[in-house]
Amino acid sequence: MAIGMPSSSLNPPELTLGTKLQQINWGLILLLVLISSIGFAMLYSAANGSWTPWAVRQAIRFGVGLVITLGIALIDIRFLLRWAYLFYFITLGLLGVVEIAGEIGMGAQRWIDVGFFRLQPSELMKLALVLALARYFHHLTFEEVGRIRSLFAPLFLVFAPAILVLRQPDLGTAGMIILGGGAIFFLAGVRMWKFVTVLVLGLSAIPVGWQFLHNYQKNRILTFINPENDPLGAGYHILQSKIALGSGGLFGKGFLQGSQSHLNFLPEKQTDFIFTMLAEEMGLAGAMFLLLLYVLALGYGFAIALRSSSQFGRLLALGTTTTLFLYVFINIAMVMGLIPVVGVPLPLISYGGTAMLTAMIGFGLIINCYVHRDVEIGRQGLDDHHR
Amino acid sequence: MKNPKDQDTKRAFTRRSLILGAGQLGLVGALGARLYYLQVIEAERYRTLSEENQFNLELLPPTRGLILDRNGIEIASNEDNFRVDLVPEQTNDVRATIEALRQIVHVDEWNIKRVLKEVARKRSFVPVTVVENLTREDISRVAVNAPYLPGVRIEEGRSRHYPFGSKAVNVTGYVAAVSDSELTGDPVLELPDFRIGKSGIEKLFDEQMRGAAGRRQVEVNALGRIIRKLPGDDGQPGQNIQLTLDMDLQTYAHGRLEIGNSERVPIADIRVQEALARSGVPKRYLENEDGTVFLDKDGNIVPGESGGAVVMDVHTGEIHALASTPGFDPNNFNKGLSARDWEDLLSNPRHPLTNKAIAGTYPPGSTFKMIVALAALEAGVAGPETRVFCNGHMDLGNARFHCWKRWGHGHMDAIAALEQSCDVYFYEVAKRVGIDRIADMARRFGLGESLAIELPGERSGLIPTREWKLAVMGERWQKGETLVTGIGQGFVLTTPLQLAVMTARMVNGGYAVTPSLVRKPDRAIQEPPKVNVSRSHLSLVLEGMRRVVNGQHGTARSAKIPGADFEVGGKTGTSQVRRITKAERAAGVIDNEDLPWHRRDHGLFVGYAPVEAPRYAVAVVLEHGGGSKYAVPVARDILAKAMERDGLKSSEADPVSILPDSEPTGRG
Repeated sequence: MAIGMPSSSLNPPELTLGTKLQQINWGLILLLVLISSIGFAMLYSAANGSWTPWAVRQAIRFGVGLVITLGIALIDIRFLLRWAYLFYFITLGLLGVVEIAGEIGMGAQRWIDVGFFRLQPSELMKLALVLALARYFHHLTFEEVGRIRSLFAPLFLVFAPAILVLRQPDLGTAGMIILGGGAIFFLAGVRMWKFVTVLVLGLSAIPVGWQFLHNYQKNRILTFINPENDPLGAGYHILQSKIALGSGGLFGKGFLQGSQSHLNFLPEKQTDFIFTMLAEEMGLAGAMFLLLLYVLALGYGFAIALRSSSQFGRLLALGTTTTLFLYVFINIAMVMGLIPVVGVPLPLISYGGTAMLTAMIGFGLIINCYVHRDVEIGRQGLDDHHR
Repeated sequence: MKNPKDQDTKRAFTRRSLILGAGQLGLVGALGARLYYLQVIEAERYRTLSEENQFNLELLPPTRGLILDRNGIEIASNEDNFRVDLVPEQTNDVRATIEALRQIVHVDEWNIKRVLKEVARKRSFVPVTVVENLTREDISRVAVNAPYLPGVRIEEGRSRHYPFGSKAVNVTGYVAAVSDSELTGDPVLELPDFRIGKSGIEKLFDEQMRGAAGRRQVEVNALGRIIRKLPGDDGQPGQNIQLTLDMDLQTYAHGRLEIGNSERVPIADIRVQEALARSGVPKRYLENEDGTVFLDKDGNIVPGESGGAVVMDVHTGEIHALASTPGFDPNNFNKGLSARDWEDLLSNPRHPLTNKAIAGTYPPGSTFKMIVALAALEAGVAGPETRVFCNGHMDLGNARFHCWKRWGHGHMDAIAALEQSCDVYFYEVAKRVGIDRIADMARRFGLGESLAIELPGERSGLIPTREWKLAVMGERWQKGETLVTGIGQGFVLTTPLQLAVMTARMVNGGYAVTPSLVRKPDRAIQEPPKVNVSRSHLSLVLEGMRRVVNGQHGTARSAKIPGADFEVGGKTGTSQVRRITKAERAAGVIDNEDLPWHRRDHGLFVGYAPVEAPRYAVAVVLEHGGGSKYAVPVARDILAKAMERDGLKSSEADPVSILPDSEPTGRG
């Protein structure tokens, strides 16, 4: 940062580690601990009252994840901006690698084994995309955003990974990438009529797109429309999930007492359907409490975004918040039969390494934006601020 | 870097972030609303569905009611049935476990194949039955070796057992696996081991004896594996059915009927070996269950007699014995009858599956003469003094009707005609009284109609009338047919049960008792209506029946029980199943014993005892028994046994009844 520039007087010259630690939103961290602890309890219950095999490993992952969160929170936001594209393209590369590997006969493996967990590039991509788009739109003025040709590059950033995961085919992730990207377009100021145009075009493309879907994908959508149609076949899972939820009632069947979950009527109770289990055992009260915790955590994201002085920080904070919101919403709406089953985990609660890592990195980025809320980042590049 | 452009992006961002936030809050609100809908508004419905998931209703088969005789002896009981089940998931190698089991108990190759097939088809925690009907000894050997038999479980079931085997099968009937057409929606019928009554009492009282299934809820997981059993309703065991049969008498009557005029000899006996050497290996059904065969007086192996016998209390109508031979072992049906055994039962010319006591219909022959006599006396066409001259035949138009006694009986009145069973006398009175009044009298004594005994398959026999012949045969009634009916031949058909009832109604003072096989509480027994026949006419007939046994010229003098302090009365009957041609009659009627079995005459006897105060009526029909002379000793022995049982009962009962109430007795 060049000394003597007008902005520098408003900006802290350089944040020390101690200051940064003070700036960290410990309230948000506390919320994360609370939410994750609910997750541990549910995993303990999912294993019929046992810390193994899930709860302990999930707790360790959370511990590791918390270090990562804090680590990311403390990185200078300008480094994030500088490395955003690189991070994006590395992730895109990994995504391409698992795609091609999957295609040349290594089976349907969509992950890379990194030792203590299996990394799914498609999960990381959701955050990498937010970083890359935030950086891209950070450089544009409001007028530039209004020009169509300035949208080609970000559209590529969105659709390159979306098409890769669609080929897997993973409708849920592709949908999240597009929605997450769209949110940043929206926040960056892309004109409303463009959204309307895309929406209309998209809707009219549905009949065409239907032809390209696999049979099982068609089935999932048909099942979603009428799950009772095929109660022992494709509709079984969602029906059992609704039974579990509904039978939980106001205050639930009690911890470890969820008959649907413990008698294995519920599919994937430790991963995608863990919210169902919570709602069965803890009832409406427990489920609403968890929703409230999420709203508070995401509320931090909104507040931090509004408080950020740089467009990059704003877009990064709110883009990440929206991505995390999409996780929460899609997962819960899915298990309640509001949307088709698409295999999206519940952040911080569902068992799984990548899901935990994604959520923790995401919150790390959000906190980072708060810690560096007053750091001015030049529109044209990093050099202006480089010391 | 503050410039107005930057402010634009910031303003746009702020505005749009609020829109986005509102949108997200709205979606969270939708989630909350959905939760509320599922967990509060629809909670009841989902709770029910959840419980349906969680709990399965398990049916506990009820214990089937017993069939008891009048003294409480079990005729159909429930026996422990030990079996060995295998739970596939509890053993690493199903084959090896079965091989190990084979070292201990017999398992045939066919069974092993079935087990392996079932193991492959069913879920691994579902037990598969390997062997059934094991003895206690087998079971203890399996139990001792349990450590070497992983996955093997000893299970105890109940199966129906008939201790008397074939002796009362025509009454009890049998049980067997439920067939699809018998499913009524009662879920207990769908249990794999369930048995249902297929004939006899077992069929008629199936629902009472079945009881109500117990219900237990079991908690199951999504695969159907039982996680927990919850207390439930134990169900209601089936009711016991107490019969009026006296199993001692029944067993005796069955055996006596089977033996007929032959002798029961063990197979090892030298005479049997000689007979076998002479005539080769007999058909399978010649051998009895107890390893004996019947030898006739010439030393030939003969099948048991085929026929029916009924012993009835003349006052109450209670049936003390209802025998039908040959029988079959109902236990085989329960275990699963082989196709070959079933074929044998069906193709046996002596029809073991027919209950001859109630469903065998035979011309009553001379046992019908009491009916004819009563019809004539009541109509006034013949009095006690009316005499008919018998010269051995009677002519009607150009037809000649023969008496069994070729040279005739001479002058006959009613009593003498019964005593000597003179056909010509009855031709004459039948001609006078007419078929209509004979038929009416027959019906009043229970012939020609179903008596509603508590057994399925009862036949009503046939009492012919003018209307019947016109309707069925399209021809007018011929006078000659009245004559033939007068000696119980022609169209008349009766069952042994009907003959017993007829006899009882005659000897009990003219009460129209109806037969019953199931014991009723004493208050349910009502005085039966009167038959409405003059007492003096009845006495006349009874005197004739007394003389049949005790008179000088009686046809059943062998019915007298040696050494008994009471008299027996009765009436013989022989019914032809063939027509004796003029030529044969001229050459001399062929002796029954020279005819093939199925052309021989049926032998009948109806009797009662004691004459002074009748208690029991008996009716015996020996199918193709070669005439009444063979039926008489059978009936006599059965009647003697009935009276002996009766004596035992009263001598047992007396000491109890004379004990003063105050005196303590050892019986508690």
